[in-house]
Amino acid sequence: MAETVLETSGLTMRFGGVTASDNVNFKLKARELRCLIGPNGAGKSTFFKCVTGLLTPTEGHVYMRGQEVTGWQPHQIASLGVGIKTQTPNVMDALSVHENIWLAARRFYNVVEARERADSIIDRLALGTIARTQLGQLAHGERQRVELGIVAVADPWLVLLDEPAAGMSAQDVDRMTEIIHELTRFAAVVIVEHDMQFIRSIAQTVTVFHQGAVLMEDNVERVMSDPQVRAVYLGKKA
Amino acid sequence: MGRSVLHDVIITLVVSALLIWLLPLMISTYTLTVLVIYGMLGLSLGLIWGFGGILCFGQAAFFGLGAYTYAIAAINIGESTLPMILAVLVPAVFAALLGAMMFYGRLADVYLGVITLVVTLILFKFVNSTAGPQYVIGNARLGGFNGIPGFQTLNVPGDPTAYIWGDPYFYVCAVALVIVFLLVTWLLRSSFGRIAVGIRENEVRMGLMGYDVATRKTVLFAIGAAIAGLAGALFANWGEIVTPNLFSLGQSAEIIIWCIVGGLGTRFGPIVGAAGLAYLKFMLGQQSMIDNTLVLGLILVLFVLFLPRGLVPAVASLLNSIFGGTKRKPKPRRMRRARHG
Ligand SMILES: Nc1ncnc2c1ncn2[C@@H]1O[C@H](COP(=O)(O)OP(=O)(O)OP(=O)(O)O)[C@@H](O)[C@H]1O
Ligand SMILES: [Mg+2]
Repeated sequence: MAETVLETSGLTMRFGGVTASDNVNFKLKARELRCLIGPNGAGKSTFFKCVTGLLTPTEGHVYMRGQEVTGWQPHQIASLGVGIKTQTPNVMDALSVHENIWLAARRFYNVVEARERADSIIDRLALGTIARTQLGQLAHGERQRVELGIVAVADPWLVLLDEPAAGMSAQDVDRMTEIIHELTRFAAVVIVEHDMQFIRSIAQTVTVFHQGAVLMEDNVERVMSDPQVRAVYLGKKA
Repeated sequence: MGRSVLHDVIITLVVSALLIWLLPLMISTYTLTVLVIYGMLGLSLGLIWGFGGILCFGQAAFFGLGAYTYAIAAINIGESTLPMILAVLVPAVFAALLGAMMFYGRLADVYLGVITLVVTLILFKFVNSTAGPQYVIGNARLGGFNGIPGFQTLNVPGDPTAYIWGDPYFYVCAVALVIVFLLVTWLLRSSFGRIAVGIRENEVRMGLMGYDVATRKTVLFAIGAAIAGLAGALFANWGEIVTPNLFSLGQSAEIIIWCIVGGLGTRFGPIVGAAGLAYLKFMLGQQSMIDNTLVLGLILVLFVLFLPRGLVPAVASLLNSIFGGTKRKPKPRRMRRARHG
């Protein structure tokens, strides 16, 4: 049986009176691909932030590969080999595409190897023609792709992507799907997404968040056809 | 990569050799020495602010600390070598402690400014109030607002009677600046420097990549303080007296203005800004028609309005547009619409 790489127990985050994350018990196996869905404000990003150390949960625990990481700083969690993309774009606008990705690789590899890895992922993401361009000059979809490169370049074993496809063209999404599939050969991947078609195209298991709590967790087709899910999520979206 | 480093070093050496040779023909070495020292002080802030994104309102504190450390150590020790080393180490350690407190505490930039400002003020007030005979460190009386005069000035290492002063002292300071400049160049080209720039651009992202932002900022902050401390020690030797004015907020503000006028994010800009403005101030000091703080303020306003990136970047892009064709042809860039276009 595959090892559990990410687990939360009783994870709760309150902002004043708002319970943004409500007693979430979550388990992810090695090389599993999981989608998180839920209406706006369901607490998906808050859950992500608690897992990545950007927020310290009010209650509950986070474990990675069996080690308790509750309350760790983001850099400590990332150092374990976790690739993270936040919902809002988080890149270095004044630096080139290559420099952005090289910096991500340099954390885990020496100068030469970092350059080789950066070059290779830039190729795979078809960013070659703009490798020396500053990120601030790029279109949104390209920036998203660069951020995917930042996340993937150092061969993480756990990848957390908060809305990676937002604002991407169909072609970009296809390329990203490919990269994500490649990642799952070695890494477990969690993706927050709204795009149903995209989710169908990549996910097997989907976890549905609603008002901070896990509403349901099941096979993608069963989730999509569940009346309760349709009511809270799909109904609202239409 | 290797070739362009060599290229950089050679250009730096040739340009500095020319300047060190030509400038004394126009300006007295006594004045030039202090311009060089200010250049180093400007570079110290230019490094941490321009490349590390750390805006320190108290760079003068490290400058003053370096100067006082030198003076006190020189009185107690006599020979100048160890005092020079201490003058670099003491501000660096002080900055490391202060930086650790600020960066591990994850203070927002505004508070960072406030804290560095307050620390400078406290040092200034404290040193000012040490006029009494009870304030001594070893044989050195702190002297309060009178400062500390009469300490051993720079000597040839190992020979306390062979003082280095006058023209030779200018050359020592100039060479020291060139060495510091080359070290800063090397630092910025190293992984440490590139990571520092990444942190300047986006701390959160660098944290999410696994970089320990607080530690790296603390180290950079301490390096900046070490350079400022060296400048302070050189200044003490030049003036042959140290006074609390070294710690003054006015001095701190001036360093910030040097960086803005010269050009942040360049290595050369803060040096040019420092030397240029200090020379201007020196010239204005020789007349009494216009107040020199007024002129300095006016220059700052004009730069912020018309050359917000500073002198050096402006000149560089001008030269680039004139001679751009002869240099390596930039690859045709795909032009992009707006950021989120
Ligand atoms: N820092 C904060 N302070 C106060 N309330 C917050 C904070 N962050 C999130 N919330 C609240 O927590 C709830 C969950 O927000 P969260 O961003 O996790 O939702 P989400 O599922 O990611 O939504 P979306 O699909 O819009 O990204 C929302 O009601 C939000 O207003
Ligand atoms: Mg969200």
